[in-house]
Amino acid sequence: MTADAPLPELAAQATRAAHEIAGHCPCTAAVLADRPDATVVRHAGVVAKAHAPGTDPAALALRLATAAALPGVFLPPLTRTLLPLGALIPGPRGTPARNTAPDPTHRDSRHPRQVTLWPHGAPVDPEAPDSAPWEAAAVLLARLHRSPVPSPAPPPMRGPAKAARALARLRATAPGHPAARPVERAWSTLPAWACDEAPMPGEGALCHGDLHLGQLVRHPAPDGPWLLIDVDDLGTGVPAWDLARPAAWYACGLLPPDEWTRFLTAYRAAAGPAVPADGDPWPALDVPARALTVQTAALAIVRATRDGRPLDEIEQAVVDACDRMSGLPPELDGGPAK
Amino acid sequence: MQCPKCHAPMHTYNRNGVQIEQCSGCRGIFLDYGELEALTRLESQWSQPVPPPAPQAYPAPPAPAWGAPHGGHHGGGHGHYGHHRHKSFGHMLFSS
Repeated sequence: MTADAPLPELAAQATRAAHEIAGHCPCTAAVLADRPDATVVRHAGVVAKAHAPGTDPAALALRLATAAALPGVFLPPLTRTLLPLGALIPGPRGTPARNTAPDPTHRDSRHPRQVTLWPHGAPVDPEAPDSAPWEAAAVLLARLHRSPVPSPAPPPMRGPAKAARALARLRATAPGHPAARPVERAWSTLPAWACDEAPMPGEGALCHGDLHLGQLVRHPAPDGPWLLIDVDDLGTGVPAWDLARPAAWYACGLLPPDEWTRFLTAYRAAAGPAVPADGDPWPALDVPARALTVQTAALAIVRATRDGRPLDEIEQAVVDACDRMSGLPPELDGGPAK
Repeated sequence: MQCPKCHAPMHTYNRNGVQIEQCSGCRGIFLDYGELEALTRLESQWSQPVPPPAPQAYPAPPAPAWGAPHGGHHGGGHGHYGHHRHKSFGHMLFSS
């Protein structure tokens, strides 16, 4: 199925785009990610991302335009239009693209994979997470959350939808796992909006929607400023969601208090609106941090089940946090529980 | 000097030869450079057989009631895993 195996075609597309942009090319290539929801390949300075099958092109185009309008926050895309898998980048302004017809062997018109092109940026070293740029991440989020929502606005950010999808995967793959019960109970404490069953409350700020350390790159590599990547979940919503993964890691006892404090302090110093400027941030963070703890636990159980192994101590710590949650109603800030 | 947190005046005390400032309002303690190390050293001499707890200059930041028991305010518990960054947590830091 071509829609599920875009790698060779995407690699060729990245190669052609890199050659078109650079003229000369050292021709170095790498597969950066090949998952069901995204395939990402790099060729020299160009990174091509094939978005998930079934991605709504109109929604993705709005997300791409939103990111392109925030050059100090998001990595600026190389092109502002979506490309079908296999197409060449558009020519100079006013001239038609030189090859707009996709490869005839890949005329899968049901779900053409959408491709976006990006400059290469240097990611956080996965082998050295202690060097995590917590302050830079916090400042980028504060800037994003304070940016006016453009018109037309992007769709809602997809944080709650991803949490709900994680629960659906848990129910589909490991409903009988002993750890599934505390996770389900914790999920039931959440208000409907956090489960993607109702619109998010409030006016809605621009949110990344899926912040983790893999969503930061330095551009230009290797020592340019840090910028956010990945527009797939970008949209309007509750900005505390973007703080909630580090908050959840801290609450679960995984992220050391000083790293959480560095992140939160930098966010507040940059006038980020997701939490009050001082005092206890947890009334604002509680619901999203619960949701991301549940999401993390659900996906950990799915992975452990798939690999046929028990939960490790880190995964168990996240499940234990779900277990403690189920007896405690969420802090006031996120509307009534469902 | 004034307390950086509540702005009440701070008073100087001498503990085992180490000068520390304590706030008369919130009772918070201000340590100069090297003083925490000096206190930790003194403490470890005092209680040789028991390993000293991890030094913590300031209380842990607020956490939700469902949070893991951290050292210090929540008392006891297994502490957190952050000191020896676990491979599994390293993976978690980078995944959706």
